[in-house]
Amino acid sequence: MKRALIWLPLLLFLAFFGLFASGLLKPDNRIIASRLVGQPLPAFSLPAAASDRPALASAQFATGKPRLLNIFASWCIPCAAEAPQLMALKQAGVEIDAIAIRDARPDVDRFLARYGNPYTRIGLDARSAVQMALGSSGVPETFVIDGKGKIVHQHVGDIREDDVAGILKILRDAR
Amino acid sequence: MIAEAGLAALWLAAALALLQLALAWFGLVGGKDDLLSAMRPVAVAQGMLTAAAFLLLITLFVQSDMSVALVATNSHSMKPWLYKVAGTWGNHEGSMLLWVTVMGVAGAAVALFERALRRDTHMATLGAQAAISLGFYAFLLFASNPFARLDPAPPDGQGLNPLLQDPGLAFHPPTLYIGYVGLSVAFSFAVGALLTRRVDAAFAKAMRPWVLAAWIMLTLGITAGSYWAYYELGWGGWWFWDPVENASLMPWLAATALLHSATVLATRDALRAWTIMLAVVAFSMSMVGTFLVRSGILTSVHAFAVDPQRGTFILGLLALYIGGALALFGFRIGTVREGAQFELVSRETMLVVNNLLLTVILGLVLIGTLYPLMTEAFGHKVSVGPPYFDRIVGPITLVLVIAMAGGPLTRWRKDRAKAVGGRMLIPAIILLAAAIAVSALAWGRIGVLPFLGLIIAAAVAVGSVAPLWKRNLRRTPLFTWGMVIAHLGCAVSLAGMASDSAFTVEKLVAAKPGETISTAGWTLRFDRIVPVAGDNWTALQGDMTVWRGNGAPIAIHPQSRFFTNPPTTTTEAALLTRWNGQLYVVLGQEAERGRWQLRIWWKPFVTLIWLGGIMIALGGALALLGRERRGWMMKIRKRSALA
Amino acid sequence: MKAKHQRLILALVALAALIGAALLAASALKDEAAYFYTPSDAKTKGVEPGKAIRLGGMVVKGSLHRAADGVTVRFDVTDNKATVPATFTGIAPDLFREGSGVVAEGAFDRSGTFVATNLLAKHDERYMPRELEGMTYNETTHEMGPEMGKEK
Repeated sequence: MKRALIWLPLLLFLAFFGLFASGLLKPDNRIIASRLVGQPLPAFSLPAAASDRPALASAQFATGKPRLLNIFASWCIPCAAEAPQLMALKQAGVEIDAIAIRDARPDVDRFLARYGNPYTRIGLDARSAVQMALGSSGVPETFVIDGKGKIVHQHVGDIREDDVAGILKILRDAR
Repeated sequence: MIAEAGLAALWLAAALALLQLALAWFGLVGGKDDLLSAMRPVAVAQGMLTAAAFLLLITLFVQSDMSVALVATNSHSMKPWLYKVAGTWGNHEGSMLLWVTVMGVAGAAVALFERALRRDTHMATLGAQAAISLGFYAFLLFASNPFARLDPAPPDGQGLNPLLQDPGLAFHPPTLYIGYVGLSVAFSFAVGALLTRRVDAAFAKAMRPWVLAAWIMLTLGITAGSYWAYYELGWGGWWFWDPVENASLMPWLAATALLHSATVLATRDALRAWTIMLAVVAFSMSMVGTFLVRSGILTSVHAFAVDPQRGTFILGLLALYIGGALALFGFRIGTVREGAQFELVSRETMLVVNNLLLTVILGLVLIGTLYPLMTEAFGHKVSVGPPYFDRIVGPITLVLVIAMAGGPLTRWRKDRAKAVGGRMLIPAIILLAAAIAVSALAWGRIGVLPFLGLIIAAAVAVGSVAPLWKRNLRRTPLFTWGMVIAHLGCAVSLAGMASDSAFTVEKLVAAKPGETISTAGWTLRFDRIVPVAGDNWTALQGDMTVWRGNGAPIAIHPQSRFFTNPPTTTTEAALLTRWNGQLYVVLGQEAERGRWQLRIWWKPFVTLIWLGGIMIALGGALALLGRERRGWMMKIRKRSALA
Repeated sequence: MKAKHQRLILALVALAALIGAALLAASALKDEAAYFYTPSDAKTKGVEPGKAIRLGGMVVKGSLHRAADGVTVRFDVTDNKATVPATFTGIAPDLFREGSGVVAEGAFDRSGTFVATNLLAKHDERYMPRELEGMTYNETTHEMGPEMGKEK
């Protein structure tokens, strides 16, 4: 009886440990994949977010050529970190459109002047409405849209150098 | 340069911790007690290095060095100076650096000031402290480096969560952390005592001041946190049973139990195994709490950015330290001799009851906090909120508070039930009188629990002071005063809680500027809405005038604030404190037709909750001072006897 | 009384207290733990009136109305399969608006309206209630949830 009692705390702790571990091992709930992958883009039309780039609407995506749709914000630091990779993609001939989330035009202008502007069009989503409709839960995120305006891939988080080749391949396959 | 210096200091501190552990190992295995003198400077240097690293991080925040990733993600150059400093620990990496700093400095203090402990136990304790520190150094250096650089540096930072931009909260986390992490000393003491098989009264006497010090800070931290939630969240409540709050409450419950059982061990040499167990549990609760908050496996209103990888790391540390300590307990406790016996009617029994109740509350809070996680394993999504905790913790706390009044009135070792009953007579009469008074005043208007809370608070307040009865107050030792004041603080706090839930009057209206609203004897005139601007926010401010009865009018200004970096809205309630309560006014959103939502509370005696908390901490401080002073006196006497 | 007997009594009291506490916790958890429901869960499983639950979904566009008192709001919560009416009296959070995700704490009344005592409306870049993982709402088509787009 007494011997059992001595080991009881350890057993209780092991039970809790199992619980914690199972809680952690659940599928990573930070990355929330959009259910829209494989679906057409939801309809939206956004005003221009930058002074020297036109506005963005969903109708402009069915151009026959795959494009990237980058979700970013001037106040988002990982977005600055992925800027060189987006520039590299642009150099490789990829057309990139963007949606700026909860942002203001002067801030976006300053951000683009500093980190470069790989975008063809930039829409301003002041209250995250389109972001939500896209099933995106954070910034930055990047969607690959095929020539018919269908979402074929979602990249959550910033694009690292090793991601560039993968994204180029997805763009080629989407053709 | 500063960031690199900070990182270097951390690496060096980690190396010293490794050295400290090695010294303890060789000292214990080889039976060389003199290695302790070598360990002392190592522990002190380690403490100084962690403190230096922390100060360097503060410097980076004050300078707004945006090339440091942590500063860029949590600060903004436009932020007021105080919040730049507070931004240091308002985030994951900074708070973990604060964690190791407290741990390092506490270890240095144990090396420098601890004199009562046997040398071998002292060495084992410092070794254990170094072993725990090492894990957290590794966590900091490999998984949450606060000094990481960002290239290229952003033009400005993202800002600190505006909810945290508050003078009260600026110093709440450090206080809490000193308490939280201070308990690591008790943990190390327990491990040290188990390793050297020295669990006795002398050990408890040596450990007690360290537990007391940590417990005082924890009490202050929880009190401050509760007040912060009360006025900053604008919901009028003072405790939400949020996982983050529970994470701070659970170590406090364990530490309170430990404090009392250590007193039994120190005074009567009983409850040996139990005291060791509590010392392990107390710091384990600190670590579990940190894990729950940092891993994000529980969602909370205090939403921290979460990272499962870090959660895995902390979980590993939990397994290593808690599992290790409990296993050591299992192997070693059988060799600890049974302590002294005591009679059923005795202060020991009362303190066992105290420990039992505190442990039960701790268990119930833990279960309530983790229940969502347990059910989720079976596919149900559940939240456990205030109704569960109120219903369970409320009644048990009342029993606990009654036992608290009875304990000091019972003699050590052996007492007669009749005599104890006699001493409880006056509190019992007060209980009855309070019951009659409260019934006459508010029968049918208040719930059972608040009713019981009020009358028990009255009786226990008297019972807490009873130990001073017929004593020469000047000769009463300081630690007895400390106990009386801390117990009285519990009664005061309970009275505040009961009064708040029994008598609070709430009014929710939509009003146009120019209208007057009356509630609970107060009249409020809503004058106008004006826009105002602060350093890094703009706000809509309600200009209002309030007066009570025919009293003088007072201007109040509740606000709804908008912060730009990051974009957030916060509620700034207007609080008007009177001796018998607080008026609490919140400005809500604009309703249609030029009306604004207003929420007005009159909360009688609500401030007693935090006054009681401060009294509890003050009592602890007096007890600490009293014990320490007695130690100094004895040392001086011994010295003069030798001379 | 012998010391041994006294220890036994103490141990028995302790055991009784622990068992009592465990029973108390079990019964309180059974009554008070608020289960999470989506509107379609609530419709198909049925929730007895007065039982505290959390209702999560999206606020239907065009359904948000403020009552004459200025502090009560009525709105519909949907998960695209079912929709339930809800009311809330108090100061709603800033992020609570049509088309936003919401977790409402409260209970159903006898008429089937959800009376919320607290609203958690959280969708910002850093936080998403975990119960609403993956749910999305299309502001133009008023569709939401995993099925979004399938009908097209």
